[in-house]
Amino acid sequence: MPGITREEVAHLARLARLELKDEELDHFAGQLDDIIGAVARVSEVADQDVPPTSHPLPLTNVMRADEIRPSLTPQEALSGAPAQEQQRFKVPQILGED
Amino acid sequence: MTTIDLVSYEDALASYDPVMGLEVHVELGTRTKMFCGCSTELGAEPNSQTCPTCLGLPGSLPVVNAIGVESAVKIGLALHCEIAEWCRFARKNYFYPDMPKNFQTSQYDEPIAFNGYLDVQLEDGEVFRVEIERAHMEEDTGKSTHVGGATGRIHGASHSLLDYNRAGIPLIEIVTKPIEGAGERAPEVAKAYVAELRELIKALGVSEARMEMGQMRCDVNLSLRPNGTEKFGTRSETKNVNSLRSVERAARFEIMRHAAVLSSGGTIVQETRHFHEEDGSTTAGRIKDNAEDYRYFPEPDLVPVAPAREWVEELRKGLPELPRVRRNRLREEWGVSEHDMQSILNAGAVDLIVATIEAGADAASARKWWMGELARRANEAGTDLAALEITPVQVARVCALVAEGSLNDKLARQVIEGVLAGEGDPDAVVAARGLAVVSDDSALGTAVDEAIAANAGIADKIRAGKVAAAGALVGAVMKATRGQADAARVRELILERLGVEG
Repeated sequence: MPGITREEVAHLARLARLELKDEELDHFAGQLDDIIGAVARVSEVADQDVPPTSHPLPLTNVMRADEIRPSLTPQEALSGAPAQEQQRFKVPQILGED
Repeated sequence: MTTIDLVSYEDALASYDPVMGLEVHVELGTRTKMFCGCSTELGAEPNSQTCPTCLGLPGSLPVVNAIGVESAVKIGLALHCEIAEWCRFARKNYFYPDMPKNFQTSQYDEPIAFNGYLDVQLEDGEVFRVEIERAHMEEDTGKSTHVGGATGRIHGASHSLLDYNRAGIPLIEIVTKPIEGAGERAPEVAKAYVAELRELIKALGVSEARMEMGQMRCDVNLSLRPNGTEKFGTRSETKNVNSLRSVERAARFEIMRHAAVLSSGGTIVQETRHFHEEDGSTTAGRIKDNAEDYRYFPEPDLVPVAPAREWVEELRKGLPELPRVRRNRLREEWGVSEHDMQSILNAGAVDLIVATIEAGADAASARKWWMGELARRANEAGTDLAALEITPVQVARVCALVAEGSLNDKLARQVIEGVLAGEGDPDAVVAARGLAVVSDDSALGTAVDEAIAANAGIADKIRAGKVAAAGALVGAVMKATRGQADAARVRELILERLGVEG
């Protein structure tokens, strides 16, 4: 069984910027392990004759012509921004002092 | 900041063998972004070219730009790559404010083009083959402005401001296989490769590939291994090296830095590094994440791209002559040396000279004016040749006027000056400034007589058979006519008047 360890869950939580308490880590590690186990059973059932699927529809090459469509106004684009300055999205400090 | 005692380039190469990998990002010249219909026009006001898709708002769905895919296939074909029969986009997940979606739509293990090569010619004519690992489609990020720091840099900034106009502009990332065997010429190969790639991209018409505008950016991966060994050393990745000269300098600096670290018993840390234009050095950036930290997975919102073989073959047939082949052909047609051709290329004059020849000029004249007077004026104005306010057709007309004897070189320079000053076409400048060469005998006769009278000593020498002395009298006449006399006719008249055979 592939499974997932508590350490891997902690690592993923960090990458996803999720702050998890110790008991949450225990809790989710168990749950995620169950889910991965359940999904893994699909590969047991699927034999060589079933190709891996990333899309439910047998579609390829859905493309659009290179034609300009109206954009949002800057005001609309920024309307959901928690903070803005100089018509730009304002975000907190990215890197602290080294 | 710690300073490093670099090992000299020669000493570094005496002990170590450099291996390079170059990653070049090219911003395509499409009208719209890769996955939405927002304009890609440069210089728009901040956040005026965004939509729910490129802002990553919930419920929005991307659709790929057909010209983006076509451009990727063209680039792949021109790099002699195989084109995937079927490939997908993938999400590269990371948290950073330059990408509002928190992932970049890219390609992972299924690039649209792979296994190719680009032959690059070094300045002495040697051809070096750079193998291409892959070329894949992805999208650019937004532009950050860091506020509050001393130098506008990210370190020490209190906060950052984001403009997402650039987020989602189509990028093609072109990755080489490890470049081995270049030895001491590694930095030169790196520069020549990026230069050749830029020419290729321009010839394909998929991007203007202007490095100074960020339309083409290069990351230089470099490692050293002891001479005679096979195993690659640990590499550093110098990011965003954005001029040809910088590519060469960055590779050279990293060779000296790695050698210094390794020869003093240290180890190279796998990290990204920043290049500094001022002194050509690099400094440490972040420790490189492992690939799995990006948690790539197939993009569920985009269907696979499966370029039909007939379409690929059609695009292959439509490819232009490759720049290196074209340059060598032109070099032979024009009868110039490798070195001169390199100068012409560096000056950005190849296409201008071609167009001037197509407009009727002979190769030597076209080259002479573009690489001489016009190059000098562009240099003075601090601009590109192509940006000068004169067209190849106008230059060809100047060449024609010189060839038919209506202008001499001095007058032609004045005509060019007039055209550049916006006085109109060459003929208009000639008329307005009264610049035509005077070869009419009655008009020249007086000036010739005066010159003879004023230089009796020289005239006597000529009468005595010293025909070469006639040059001084021709000069006097030219001066008197402010350069507008037909020098050949003046000489004939002088000799005639003095009764000497030319």
